[in-house]
Amino acid sequence: MTTRYNFAFFDEGSKREIRRATLKAIAIPGYQVPFASREMPIARGWGTGGLQLTLSLVGKEDVIKIIDQGSDESVNAVNIKKLVTKTTGIQETHNTTEATIIQSRHRIPEIPLKEGQILVLQVPIPEPLRYVEPSEYITKRLHADKEYSGAWLMLFEQIMKYGNMSTGADHPVSVNERYVMAPSPIPRFDNGKMNSSNALILLGAGREKKIYAIPPYTKVVSLAFEDYPFEVESFEDKRCRICGGKAVFMDELIDEKTGEKYYQCNDSSYCLEKLKSELSA
Amino acid sequence: MERFEKPVLIVKNLRKQFGHGCGECEALESDKLKKNYCPVCGTVYGCQDVSFEVYPGEILGVVGESGSGKSTMMKCLYFDENVTCGEAYINTYKNGESNVFEESSQQKRYIRNNLLGKVYQNPILGLKMDFSSIGNIAEKLIAAGSRRVGEMEERGRQLLEHVNIPVFRIKEEVKNFSGGMQQRVQIAKALSNNPPLLLLDEVTTGLDLSVQANVLDLIKEIQHELGISMIVVSHDLGVIRMLADRTIVMLNGRIIEQGLTDQILEDPQHPYTQQLVHSLL
Repeated sequence: MTTRYNFAFFDEGSKREIRRATLKAIAIPGYQVPFASREMPIARGWGTGGLQLTLSLVGKEDVIKIIDQGSDESVNAVNIKKLVTKTTGIQETHNTTEATIIQSRHRIPEIPLKEGQILVLQVPIPEPLRYVEPSEYITKRLHADKEYSGAWLMLFEQIMKYGNMSTGADHPVSVNERYVMAPSPIPRFDNGKMNSSNALILLGAGREKKIYAIPPYTKVVSLAFEDYPFEVESFEDKRCRICGGKAVFMDELIDEKTGEKYYQCNDSSYCLEKLKSELSA
Repeated sequence: MERFEKPVLIVKNLRKQFGHGCGECEALESDKLKKNYCPVCGTVYGCQDVSFEVYPGEILGVVGESGSGKSTMMKCLYFDENVTCGEAYINTYKNGESNVFEESSQQKRYIRNNLLGKVYQNPILGLKMDFSSIGNIAEKLIAAGSRRVGEMEERGRQLLEHVNIPVFRIKEEVKNFSGGMQQRVQIAKALSNNPPLLLLDEVTTGLDLSVQANVLDLIKEIQHELGISMIVVSHDLGVIRMLADRTIVMLNGRIIEQGLTDQILEDPQHPYTQQLVHSLL
């Protein structure tokens, strides 16, 4: 492989700056650490935060898996994967267990992560209070004062209007009983996977220039009222049409010929692995 | 020696200056200042060592021309602005033994959320315009620690009914409401956690006469029913005459006269107060 780029695209100074921000983020779970988000060869808002984290972390021994909304093969995932592998020459994989670094957009894989793995999540809006407070100057102070009524108010309004908490994704969580954090637009279904996770979870927002983290085995609680408990999307009685899997996050699709509704695992590598093991059995 | 009632609020030597001050003006001798600013260094003294007390169930009126420091004082009491120096003691906070101006920002927020309520002249400052009226009330309750939707909704309904907001509009954004309605929502919000002290800053200014009368009635009623102490700032002597038991008169950041409202209005001593009372059309 010939390339005129430094290993992992960045110069060493940039990597060091991003790593320093990452270490600070790990030391203060849930706190958004500002960093000098670099200009990347992909557009801001297309995963530059996650990509910068991945590139600053990756070493020659790493095996990388990159997914976009559960799929290893969507355009966004493939592009980022190409950039990483072309500038580093490292191995890529679809297999969740094999990977050492998993960069993801909008999902946490179905196969439980293990110690030593790093999950990198791409974040569009890192500020959980942004919906109620547009000013960064003020939200910084609200975090300092642990004043999170804005996040609760947003949920209260949803209950008033729709009868339940209607966050489709990005349901705010409280980390280590201190900071309220946006978990990135993962479905509520995945929020629980963040609690006491075996793997390190890093979150990067390139456009908003923020890095934050959940260290392994940290308490992560989804915000909920006493009389309106937190609920995840339910896929009871639903089975994946391809692998027959259940109790995972499913996509709802329409069969174009018959017009019938059917379900399919959202995590494509989980689905394929399951099929493979069934075929070999 | 419990012969006298204990004040709800004691304020001692509250000073708020805008600017660094200089050798000429720091001692605050009135002959060195021109109105409320120092002609040498240009420092403006919004409040010059203001001291007063508020007793349980009492309404304290504050009158004075614009620029006399009324609103600055109110902002300092609600921690919207930091004081330059001075002390304030609230009898329900740490037994009235701690100077609240010297508390941490987190503690100040606690006091604001739990022990105080404020109604601003401009509803935009006191309400979240894009949220429903019941949501606005819930915000204050959430900030004070409530986490039960049912209770908050119940309390919100009660209060909004009390201030004559039609039940079918309580889930509507307050930006759709008329000025008088917004002001009434603000009052309901300020009252929601039963604060021992309510701060009202020019609440009726800018409302038309019949709505003014409505709001004043409401305030009077609340005082009778709940026995909440209030500080009412107004430049409208009619409002003061109707509401206040005791009144202080401010001019150029100082209290120039104080006493029973009747006494001040019928027999003013200070030349400015005499002029003020006699300018009444």
